[in-house]
Amino acid sequence: MNTENNQSISTVNSPNGETRGTLDINTYLDQDEKKDLLRLLTAGSVDDGKSTLIGRLLFDSKKIYEDQLSALERDSKRMGHAGEEIDYALLLDGLKAEREQGITIDVAYRYFSTNKRKFIIADTPGHTQYTRNMVTGASTANLAIILIDATKGVITQTRRHTFLVSLLGIKHVVLAVNKMDLVNYDQKVFDEIVAEYKSFITQLDVPDVNFIPIAALKGENVVEPTTLMPWYHGPSMLEFLESVHISSDRNFDDMRFPVQYVLRPDLDFRGFSARVASGIIRKGEKIMVLPSRKTSRIKEIITYDGNLDEAFPPQSVTITLEDEIDISRGDMIVYPDNLPRIERHFEAMLVWMDEKPMDPNMQLFIKHANNTTRVRFDKIQYKIDVNSLQKSSVNHFELNEIGRVVMTTNKAIYFDPYKKNRSTGSFILIDPITNNTVAVGMIIDKLSAEDLPSKIVDEKTLEANKSRIHKGECLISDAQRQKRFNQNPATLWITGLHGSGKNELAFTLEKELFDAGATVVLLDGSSIRSGLSNELDFSPTDRAEHLRRVAHISKLLNDQGIITICSFITPDESIRKQVIQIIGEDRFKLIHMDATIEFCKKNKPELYEKFEEGLIANLPGADLQFFPPENPTLLLKPENRATNTKTIMEYLADHKIFPIV
Amino acid sequence: MTEYSLSHLKELEAEAIHIIREVAAEFENPVMLYSIGKDSSVMVRLAEKAFFPGKVPFPLMHIDSKWKFQEMVEFRDNYARENNWNLIVHYNKEAFEAGVGPFTHGSKVHTDVMKTQALLEGLGKYKFDAAFGGARRDEEKSRAKERIFSFRDKFHQWDPKNQRPELWDIYNARVHKGESIRVFPISNWTELDIWQYIRLEKIPIVPLYFAKERPVVNQDGNLIMVDDDRMPKEIAEKAEMKMVRFRTLGCYPLTGAVESEADTIEKIVEEMMTVTVSERTTRVIDFDQDGSMEQKKREGYF
Repeated sequence: MNTENNQSISTVNSPNGETRGTLDINTYLDQDEKKDLLRLLTAGSVDDGKSTLIGRLLFDSKKIYEDQLSALERDSKRMGHAGEEIDYALLLDGLKAEREQGITIDVAYRYFSTNKRKFIIADTPGHTQYTRNMVTGASTANLAIILIDATKGVITQTRRHTFLVSLLGIKHVVLAVNKMDLVNYDQKVFDEIVAEYKSFITQLDVPDVNFIPIAALKGENVVEPTTLMPWYHGPSMLEFLESVHISSDRNFDDMRFPVQYVLRPDLDFRGFSARVASGIIRKGEKIMVLPSRKTSRIKEIITYDGNLDEAFPPQSVTITLEDEIDISRGDMIVYPDNLPRIERHFEAMLVWMDEKPMDPNMQLFIKHANNTTRVRFDKIQYKIDVNSLQKSSVNHFELNEIGRVVMTTNKAIYFDPYKKNRSTGSFILIDPITNNTVAVGMIIDKLSAEDLPSKIVDEKTLEANKSRIHKGECLISDAQRQKRFNQNPATLWITGLHGSGKNELAFTLEKELFDAGATVVLLDGSSIRSGLSNELDFSPTDRAEHLRRVAHISKLLNDQGIITICSFITPDESIRKQVIQIIGEDRFKLIHMDATIEFCKKNKPELYEKFEEGLIANLPGADLQFFPPENPTLLLKPENRATNTKTIMEYLADHKIFPIV
Repeated sequence: MTEYSLSHLKELEAEAIHIIREVAAEFENPVMLYSIGKDSSVMVRLAEKAFFPGKVPFPLMHIDSKWKFQEMVEFRDNYARENNWNLIVHYNKEAFEAGVGPFTHGSKVHTDVMKTQALLEGLGKYKFDAAFGGARRDEEKSRAKERIFSFRDKFHQWDPKNQRPELWDIYNARVHKGESIRVFPISNWTELDIWQYIRLEKIPIVPLYFAKERPVVNQDGNLIMVDDDRMPKEIAEKAEMKMVRFRTLGCYPLTGAVESEADTIEKIVEEMMTVTVSERTTRVIDFDQDGSMEQKKREGYF
C-alpha cells in the first residue's frame, strides 16, 4: 500500500539505487522541515474502534516500526482481543496495569507524519470517570475526532464528548462514523446518524463540523478514499486531516505578552521573555505594561536566530523596550488601545480534577498567564451534568464535575474571555497543601453588574449567619433621639464626577449644619479608602464593595439619629441602587453635583492628566462612563456655589430633617 | 495578508523554549541532565536559545557510568570547553572503585548502580529541585503518558497512577522541600524531528552516530563494539570490522550498533525513514522484562 506521503521516499529508495543520493533527500528534507503541526484529540471508547483507527493512521502511514510489530504479534497471542488478527489497540496502551485491564486510562500522545503535516494525537479514554483525561487532551488540540459506532448511533457518550470538546473551545470536529462494514456500508444509516448529530451540535458552539464514514478494522476510508461507499464523495480521514485549515484559529488580534522570564545577563541588558499569547507584537509599536500602566515602545524582538520585526503566537521571543521600566514575571505587555480585562472578580467554567472533593471555603492558588496568586470561590452558579447537559445547584464539586463559578483573586489578573483567547482565558487551580492541580478553568468574563460582590454570598450562609446574631435591645427610642438632636436622621449622598465640587460642597455643608447645632458626620472617599477600604482598587467591582461598606456605616450612624454627608462619585445606577437598599429609601437623599467634564478637568486636572499619561485607569468620565441619576432629590450646579448650601439647608428644614423645631 | 504560521519544527522549538524558561523562572536550583546523545545536544541548544543573548542560568550534569564510549567522553569534554558550559560530571565513586560493570555484574545491576543510583546521588548532592531530561514520548510506550513536568516524591519515584493533570501550556511547578520535578522539554519531538533539527541547526553530534568501520562482536543479535580492553578477551577476540553506526548512545557494552553506510545526517535520515527497526531495540536494558522501562522509571531512572 503506497500512500501519497511515501511517494517521494520511494523514489529516493528505488531498488535500482540510481536516484539514491543526497540531492533527493536534501530536497525532501528542505520541504519536510516546513510542514506544519496539527494536534488532534480522539474521543471514543475501545468498543468504538478508537485504538484501531489510531493504529491504522499510524500503521498505514508507515510509521510503526517492524520490531514494535513483532513485539505486538507476541503480545496479541498472550492477551489480545482481536482473535488471530493484529490487535492495533495493544500498540497504543502503554502502562502495564492498563494493558491488563484492556482499557486506556490516561492521556497518551502519539506521533505520525505524512508529507503534508506532522500530527500529534492525544488519545484519551471515553468513560465518564475519565472526563478529566479527555479535558486534558482537549486543552491542546486543534481538532477532535469523535468516534461513533454505526451500529449504535448517537449515544450519551457522543453527546458528552461533544460537549467537552466545545467547552474546551476546539474549533474543528470530525464525527467518524465507524464500523460501516457492520451495516453493509449503508448510506441511510450514515445519513440518519449525521442528521441526529447535527440537531444536537447546533446547541453548542463548534464552528466547523465534518462527517466521515469509515471501517477502521478494514482500513476503509481511513487513509485511502473509500471504494465500498460510492455514495460518499468527501475525503478519507487522513486526507481530511492533512488539508483542514487551522492556522487562522489562533487569536492574532489582541496582543498579549505575559512576561515569563526577565533576562538580565548584565547591567546593560534587560530583556523580557515570553511566548506571544495572542496578537502580533511589532518592533517600534507603543506598548503598555500592566499593572504599572507605564508606556514605552518595543525596541527589539530578539531570538537566537536573529532579530525579528514582528512575532506571533506561539513564538517564544525576548523583547527589549526603549525606556527602562520595572517589569517582573507575571506582568503583561499589551497595546494601550487594546487592554485585557483587569479584574479581581470573574466567572468561569471549572472542571474538578482531584479525587478529593472541592472545599468551597478553601483558598487555592490560581496560575494564570504566568501569574500565581490566591483565589477564593464566591459562589457556585450551577453544576452541569456532562451527559444530559442539565444544570443543577450544588454546594461543591466532586472529581470530574463541571460547573460555573464566581471567583475572586487576591490581586487583579489580566484576562480575556476563553472563547476569544485560549491563552489568557485559561487557568489551573493548585491546592496549597498538597500542591496538586485540583481544578482547571475557562474564564467566561468579568462579573455582570447584577452580581456585584455584596450579593456574592449564598443565601444559606446569610440565613445561617442571621440565626446566630442576637440583636441587642436598644434602650433609647427613636423619639428620644429626635428630641435630643432635634433632627430626623438622613444620608445626604452627593454624587458627581471627580472635580465637580462635591467635596467642597460636603465640607461647607458640614460646617453649616454643625454651626446650626445639628449632629453630623462626613464620609468621603479619601478617609474611607485610607483605612477601611485600603485593599480595594478602583475597578467597578471593587468600587461597589467600597461603597457597600460606606453605606453600612452611614446606616449605622443614621440608626443612632445622626445625619451623614457622603461624598462619592458613585458612577452608575446599579451601585446607587445597592446603596439605597442598605440605607433605606426614606433616609436616602441623593444630591447630584452636575458638572460638565470640561469643568471638572479644569477644576481638578491632576487625576485626569494622570489618566492621559496612562498611569491610572477606571476613572469615571474618562474610560469609565458616568451615568447621571435620573431622579435626584436635588440637582445642583457648580456655578451656583454661593447658593448651593442654602438650597440644601432649606430642603432639610422643609422636610423636617433639621431642624425639627 | 501574511500567513502567521510556524513549521512543525519551529512550533516544537517554541514549546520547548517556553518549558525551559518556565523551569528557570519557577525553580530555585534546576539542572539539565546531559547524556552526550543527540537528544541532549538538541535540548542544550534549545536552552541556549531560551536565554540568548544571556547564558544558560543553570548547570548541565552528566551522569557518567564510566562505561560510556571513549568518543562520547572526548566529545563531551571538548564541546563543554568550547562552549563554556557549566558542566558537572558525576559518577558513583564507591561502585566504580568496587569494579561494578556490565560484564561482571550484568546489565541490570550495572544500570541500577551506575546510572539510577548515580543519578539520585548526583541530584541529592547538589540539592537540585528540577532536572531536565531529553526523553521523548515516541521512544517507548510508558513515556507516551508521562507529563512534561513529571513530579517525583522525596525518593525520586514516579507514580504513573498519580500524575498531575497538565493542560494548555500551564505547568504546575509547586513542590515541597525534598520533592522534585523531572522536566521533558522535547516530549513531543520524534526521532525524525530530532534529526531534522540537528540538520537545520547544524548541531554538532558525537561521530559514533555516523557509519564507519568499527570492531564489533555479535552478541545475541546485538552488535557490540570493542571500545576498550575491559571487554573480556574471549568476547573481544571474536570482533570483526564492520561498517556500523549507533542510533542511540549509552554504555558501550549495552548499546548495539546497526550495520549502515550512512555517514551524513541526510543519509541517516534517509535510512531512518525507510528502516524498520525502532531506536530503543539497540538498548539492551529495555528487554530485561516486560514493562521494564516503566519499572525503572518508577524507581527513579529517567
